[in-house]
Amino acid sequence: MTSYFITNGRVIDPAAKMDAKLSVHIEHGKIVSVSQSKKAPDGATVIDAAGCIVAPGFIDMHAHLRDPGFEYKEDIESGTRAAAAGGFTTVCCMPNTNPVNDSTSVTEYILERARQVGAIEVRPIGAITKGLAGENLAEIGDMAKAGAVAITDDGRPVMNSGIMRRAMEYAKAFDLVVISHCEDLHLAAGGVMHEGNVSTELGLGGIPAAAEEAMVARDIMLAELTGARLHIAHASSAGTVRLIRDAKERGVAVTAEVTPHHLTLTEEAVSDYDPNAKVNPPLRTEADKRALIKALADGTIDVIATDHAPHDITDKEVGFEDASFGMIGFETMLPLALALVHDRALTMKRLVEALTSSPARILGLEGKGTLAPGKQADIVIFEPEHSWTVQAERFASKARNTPFDGLRARGKVRYTISRGKIVYSS
Amino acid sequence: MKLSTRHLLSINDLSRKDVLTILQTAVSFKEISERPIKKVPTLRGRTVINCFFEDSTRTRLSFELAEKRLSADSSNIGKSGSAMAKKGETLLDTIRNIEAMRPDILVIRHSAAGAPAQAATATRAHVINAGDGMHEHPTQALLDLMTINEVKGRIKGLKVGIAGDILHSRVARSNMLLLKKMGIDVIVAGPPTLLPVGVEEVFGVRTCYDIREALPELDVLMLLRVQRERMGEQFFPSAREYARYFGVSNESLKGCKDDLVIMHPGPVNRGVEITADVADGPRSVILGQVTNGVAVRMAVMYLLLGDGPSE
Repeated sequence: MTSYFITNGRVIDPAAKMDAKLSVHIEHGKIVSVSQSKKAPDGATVIDAAGCIVAPGFIDMHAHLRDPGFEYKEDIESGTRAAAAGGFTTVCCMPNTNPVNDSTSVTEYILERARQVGAIEVRPIGAITKGLAGENLAEIGDMAKAGAVAITDDGRPVMNSGIMRRAMEYAKAFDLVVISHCEDLHLAAGGVMHEGNVSTELGLGGIPAAAEEAMVARDIMLAELTGARLHIAHASSAGTVRLIRDAKERGVAVTAEVTPHHLTLTEEAVSDYDPNAKVNPPLRTEADKRALIKALADGTIDVIATDHAPHDITDKEVGFEDASFGMIGFETMLPLALALVHDRALTMKRLVEALTSSPARILGLEGKGTLAPGKQADIVIFEPEHSWTVQAERFASKARNTPFDGLRARGKVRYTISRGKIVYSS
Repeated sequence: MKLSTRHLLSINDLSRKDVLTILQTAVSFKEISERPIKKVPTLRGRTVINCFFEDSTRTRLSFELAEKRLSADSSNIGKSGSAMAKKGETLLDTIRNIEAMRPDILVIRHSAAGAPAQAATATRAHVINAGDGMHEHPTQALLDLMTINEVKGRIKGLKVGIAGDILHSRVARSNMLLLKKMGIDVIVAGPPTLLPVGVEEVFGVRTCYDIREALPELDVLMLLRVQRERMGEQFFPSAREYARYFGVSNESLKGCKDDLVIMHPGPVNRGVEITADVADGPRSVILGQVTNGVAVRMAVMYLLLGDGPSE
């Protein structure tokens, strides 16, 4: 069995409060040691990580792999290869597939398919309601036993507050976190971008920040009522940040994530009707963006998650209003997030934490998000200073729907190691 | 003479000089429509495709007549008649197919904002936006300005009110941009539900809810069609209440300037945003707008193709 000795790199493992120039030895798919030793053990292949950060493999707790049902957009094989290229070793996939992941058979299919063709590990997230219809609870217990790590109706909110309450209560029995896509559909009706000056200028229907915030507020109240664990998906506005900060101060069991694109872009990205900048929740204002960055830095927002949403060109080339929502994110996440570190808006430790130990803790992923000896060897090695140009045509993903094509990026994944094997190198 | 822009997708594409050139040219073209033989050979051999992916009567007819009077060869693609649009082809594929037949000008109307801009990326032809969703309708604004200039004899320093459904109106957006560009003071009015967020900041206009508040200072009042289907969306409770608090009647015109002019881009909803006596009354220049529409579209097509008149 292969053995690697990763040396000369800066090892950051927030779970172990470790940040130092150390060497990592892995063998038989597990981490053997993290030490100051410079001498490779016999039989180990040396990986020189000079100028690189060595960290636990990234965990993406919010991605769409489109499999089963929409394999023309992405499938488990292409999606996991794209994720590996982005430094991820674990990806959690959303249930809005066809059929919807609202049953053990779909959960088991995803896990089995990932075992067969996945470059990295996949952890499915089950639906809250059958068919994501918001009416009847899915068989949450069965999905949890089959391997689902959370529940959500992502892509849609559970509009019925009574059903959301029952879902939160019921999820407690299986210690599942409930991930909420916060969007009041009545307030968002007809909207295709953030409601503000740019939507007024372009004549596009707006989605006000209040459409998100009203539901964030509701779900925080329901978390308080039920004592369930709530996770806010893709926070996009300053108002959402305020609500989460306030709830956390009061001790409510709420966590949150933010996407790289909400940390990077604003409504201005839409101004030439670029359908690749059409996402839900929409890109908002500069003030919202700044609030999200600050919240990520101070821990109000726990996690960076991509919301990788692959689409075929036919889903996007139909004009802005008719185009599908979503952009891909695996292969651009790292340089976008690192830009905040380069700008000193975020520490490197906080960045690694938001991609490793934080999602592992929220989802209860045992042994993941850390480099502790004895744990499975899921490792990313990245070079923060390396400059390169984003070329969507070279992505491992099947999809090309990114507004970042051609971006001059700083920071590149050098190696992704999943279960002790190199699954990506550049 | 020629314009500084390749396409007319938005009023933002035009410089002040472009606007004045269009108005001047339109005035000279207007005379052609008054002749017994309404045709000049100016665009002979040029191909214009009218792509009306959304229904239109007035604008489509206006463009078609403008093309015919300039002797261009024109063809039409409609929403229902278009096999392309029907068979699930994307807009860009449709445009690429039209492009392969080498048109000179594409006139595009579409229910989606930004569609003409997207089409312009896939063709070497000049693209004219004939109305895209809630975004813009630049030739309508130009014909409105031509009418204002004709009636008032000047442009700069005038005060124009635009009242009605500003939120959903591409005519309002193009007019706000154009009138402000040409030094006209613009006040927009309507129920708060139909005023877009940030409209003052984005377009540099003033707003009020009841146009009667601004009426005494106005030189021109443009009324916009209030679509009855908006009632289902709860923008206002009933046509009756709209007419009472936001519509314009002879009664509400008391206190206005003697020479106030009433405009409307049509189709007119008599009894909702405007009473019949105002729409058909002496202040109304609504039909004059329609006449000028043909002249303005002749001018825009002629100038986009860039072979100005021999001087």
